[in-house]
Amino acid sequence: MRPGRWWLWLLLVGTLLGLTMGPAIPAGAQDKPRYGGELVYVVPSEPPSYDAHAEETFGVIHPIAPHYNLLLRVDPFDKTGTKPVGDLAESWTISKDGLVYTFKLRRGVKFHDGSEMTSKDVKASYDKIIFPPPGVKSLRKESYRSVEVVEAADPYTVRFRLKYPEASLLLNLSSPWNWIYKADILAKDIHWYETHVMGTGPFTFVEHVKGSHWVGKKNPNYWDKGKPYLDGYRAMFMSSSAAQVAAIRGERAHIQFRGFSPPERDQLVSALGNKITVQESPWDCLNFVSMHHEKKPFDDKRVRRALSLALDRYEASQKLSKITIVKDVGGIQVPGTPFATPPAELEKLAGYGRDINANRAEAKRLLREAGVPDGFSFTFKNRGIPHPYEPIGIWLVDQWRQIGLNVKIETIEASAYHPMLKRGDFDVAMDFQCGFIVEPDLDLVRFVSTSDANYGKHKDKVIDELYQKQARATDPEDRKKYIRQLEKRLLDEEAHVIYTLQWHRIIPHSSKVHGWTITPSHYLNNMLDTVWLSE
Amino acid sequence: MAISHPIEQTAPVAEPTAVGAAWAAIRDFARRRTLGAVGAVVVLVMIVVGVSANVLAPYDPVAVDFGAMLAGPSAAHWLGTDAFGRDVLSRLIFGSRTALLVGFGAAMIGATVGAVLGVGSAYFGGRVDLYLQRLMDVFLSFPLIILALALVAILGNTIPNVIMAITIPMIPRAALVIRSSALTIREMPYVDAARAAGFGHLRIILRHMLPNVVAPYLIMLTAFLSQAILLESSLSFLGLGVQEPTPAWGLMLRGAAVDFAEAAPWMALFPGLAISLAVFAFNLFGDSLRDALDPKLRTL
Amino acid sequence: MWKYLLKRFLLMFPTLIGVAVVTFLLIRVIPGDVVELRLSGDRGAASQAAIDAERARFGLDQPIWKQFVTWMSGVARLDFGTSMWTGSPIWDEIKLRFALSLQVAVMATLVAVLLAVPLGLLAALRQDSWVDYAVRVFSIAGLACPSFWLGILMILGFLVIFKWLPPMVYTPFWVNPWQNLQQLIWPALAVGYRYSAVATRMTRSAMLEVLREDYVRTARAKGLMQRLILIRHALKNAMLPVLTVIALEFAFLIGGLVVTEQVFNLNGIGLLFVQAVAHRDYTLIQALVMLVAGIFIFVNFAMDVMYAWLDPRIRYR
Repeated sequence: MRPGRWWLWLLLVGTLLGLTMGPAIPAGAQDKPRYGGELVYVVPSEPPSYDAHAEETFGVIHPIAPHYNLLLRVDPFDKTGTKPVGDLAESWTISKDGLVYTFKLRRGVKFHDGSEMTSKDVKASYDKIIFPPPGVKSLRKESYRSVEVVEAADPYTVRFRLKYPEASLLLNLSSPWNWIYKADILAKDIHWYETHVMGTGPFTFVEHVKGSHWVGKKNPNYWDKGKPYLDGYRAMFMSSSAAQVAAIRGERAHIQFRGFSPPERDQLVSALGNKITVQESPWDCLNFVSMHHEKKPFDDKRVRRALSLALDRYEASQKLSKITIVKDVGGIQVPGTPFATPPAELEKLAGYGRDINANRAEAKRLLREAGVPDGFSFTFKNRGIPHPYEPIGIWLVDQWRQIGLNVKIETIEASAYHPMLKRGDFDVAMDFQCGFIVEPDLDLVRFVSTSDANYGKHKDKVIDELYQKQARATDPEDRKKYIRQLEKRLLDEEAHVIYTLQWHRIIPHSSKVHGWTITPSHYLNNMLDTVWLSE
Repeated sequence: MAISHPIEQTAPVAEPTAVGAAWAAIRDFARRRTLGAVGAVVVLVMIVVGVSANVLAPYDPVAVDFGAMLAGPSAAHWLGTDAFGRDVLSRLIFGSRTALLVGFGAAMIGATVGAVLGVGSAYFGGRVDLYLQRLMDVFLSFPLIILALALVAILGNTIPNVIMAITIPMIPRAALVIRSSALTIREMPYVDAARAAGFGHLRIILRHMLPNVVAPYLIMLTAFLSQAILLESSLSFLGLGVQEPTPAWGLMLRGAAVDFAEAAPWMALFPGLAISLAVFAFNLFGDSLRDALDPKLRTL
Repeated sequence: MWKYLLKRFLLMFPTLIGVAVVTFLLIRVIPGDVVELRLSGDRGAASQAAIDAERARFGLDQPIWKQFVTWMSGVARLDFGTSMWTGSPIWDEIKLRFALSLQVAVMATLVAVLLAVPLGLLAALRQDSWVDYAVRVFSIAGLACPSFWLGILMILGFLVIFKWLPPMVYTPFWVNPWQNLQQLIWPALAVGYRYSAVATRMTRSAMLEVLREDYVRTARAKGLMQRLILIRHALKNAMLPVLTVIALEFAFLIGGLVVTEQVFNLNGIGLLFVQAVAHRDYTLIQALVMLVAGIFIFVNFAMDVMYAWLDPRIRYR
């Protein structure tokens, strides 16, 4: 931009920001950031290795993400967590046919060892993610199947060439897992990043004491001038949720970025009053019920529909939200995000209607029709995790009791649960999904018949086709239409799975913490560059 | 333990010759061991409550009633309700059944299997003894939590499996103690005499050895009872014990009970008290029983 | 006596090997292995080929006996390998946690001894008086309170009454003793009180037994001062079984404080155990079991040595 016009730009950006996000920003974010201080936060898990490309727990992101940058990131102030903005990429263009994405990189970005970050680092990192050599783990490479090649056109230009257009690519490139590593190091030892840290991020690595804590300190040469605000941070690993609450309550920690339960929130608020600020959001995680389609009587869609019709989701939304981390009644996309189901349409789906007595009468009729006797008994397999699996399990069984089914809960030890689902060793089981960005491709791919995570083993060509269509639709309105059709097929007509309530993320944090906005995912927004502490 | 202790006194209750004599023994116990008698009464009450839970409990212990969730103690719900509106009193009453089942199940099996192994080991001696002792050593030195974690992960956490997880570490302890008691009998001349007279192993064991390990057996049993109840609650707290929606005291202390410790203290207070009271009573009774039966046997 | 001790010493090894075999087999029967758990995550996206490759990297594709031999030959050289979950050497995973667990165990044992010995003596000297009753009720009360409950109540008490919380992160004693004690004294008290119950009971019954022995009665009859008798004769003889109980409990405390560590957020061996099992981290579980069982077996042996030394019946054998 030309000098002299900067104020105009500022005005424009400022107005836009104010218009789009004004209400979403927590009070205080507009204040002038204060420099200094150490942010102390609790992490309820722990990093197995340090390489986010190969891991799938927030225990890696929360303590380590501040050491790195991404190519794109999700706007740290966007409450829906669906808006990609540049991180190391300054700008980008997409070719008309949607097959070539060209990214211009920022200049003068330095790794913590002082060397400059260029396009070859981005290429090396993405090659490791998309085309890992044998023996190298990359957990999300399937999401980049459309990518044919990544090119470093010149030191500050990176180009992604696609085999076919894909609506979700930009968001996939904003994935919080895709840290940019240093090409030279990867060339020497591609496993180096599993046990070491070397990034371009706002904080440099100080120490990791296993099982105890992780410390980072301010990167004085950070490319984004004026950031970060904090002098450093300290992440404390704590597995017990009671201890986590105690840490916040005893003011030994400012925040825990995953989420607390409603009673824990209430306890903190009543104990600390206005020293606590609470941010809440629908959470891109969900428990749903999978029914094994090869086992009787769950091969019959009338039975599956009946199980869904039995649920009083609206009452549950009110009551369960007082005791565990669920709240909204939603469809196959998180409420409030671009492709979410409008409430009026949602109520038309089986089991989402407002008249619960009519629903249950219908459920009983369907069961009779399908020849399922009154008092029919089956086992529901749940996972041994207190929130929200156990409360949802108790609720489900009670709801099914009300249409004359006698359901027993069998609780599977937390780590034995996925192997159980994988073996298909169940009639009806609690299933689970959790995404890092709300994006139909990411959230729905598991319902494609051939997916490894299709534990109920349904075979449905219609779903497969609709998935394909929405993934390649370039017009958002078309995409919406396909998604609605897929939703109706999945949850209503065939009732392949039964959605319960959307998870609800609750972050009660010290009122001293500013510049951090909740999103629907606990994997997002943990770079801490925008976070600051007031006195 | 390395040394065995000879038994000087034998158990009065081990010889139930007449009802009158038994009554006299009980009266004597109550008079001389006041604390123990108090414990015994509590245990008896608990058993009665557990057995007649269906009659006593005002509500269905697993019935969810969102209308009444998190209600404090009232006329309708004497001890309040939990996060699902389930009646705490009813869950406590049915929970005593679970506690007794796990407690008695684990203690009986643990002490009995231990006794069989201990007596067998002592009686046969030699190789049998050596191998059995090594096996017992292995299980004794095995961290309990690993056994419990592994068993629950392999078998799932139904009540029988939880009982098994609690029982296995008890067996070597019981076997050790009973073996040392049995060893002293084994050395008695009349056992050798019986052998010389050509009596079978089984008969000698049943006639001569078993009656003499009744005292340590009973003491072990009462001690295990309280340990089993405590262990079950600890396992439940870790999510490895009995599972929802089964009413069980340890389970009632977990999850929501901790979350609501201040907002709805009745949820955690009453089951906590129930556990403590039960363990306390079993211990008082067991202690006094030990004093009465054998002041020297103290290997627990 | 030396022959007896040698036998005891040699017997430690079959026990350890037995523990190793049982652990090795047991954890491989648990459904789900470390590779499956790490690769499948929440979306179960890993391909079978990737899983097989990872398994081969850990040597999990080998026959069980071969895996066992490989592991045992490492153990024989005191090389426990690397954690399958984090990839770091086992000793790096264990050392800090072991230091913490050891310290809590030592402190808790101290608390238990300081409570148990005086109380047990008192109860024995005043058998069946109200003092005896009070001591017994006090000690059984400690036993009757589930340990996690006691811990949660303590933490809640600090927060509600004092608006204070012990430090949440472990500082080694040699770095900052004050910080260290502030954190560890509370779990040590909670655990120590609980374990004093058994030791108190043991002290009491051991004392009662000794007090009935002829030589003590004789001494009493001769009119020696009560206190002198106690110290000179009774206490010395009664201490052996008490010591046994305390030593064995100490060995148990090192790996057995899972619940307490969770409630007080201590980064110790017990919690590491639970995590290792949850991750199916075979190498780490194996190393931990060997460590904890080894300590237990060694303490047992040490007690045998003590007995051999102090008990003339064995000493002159």
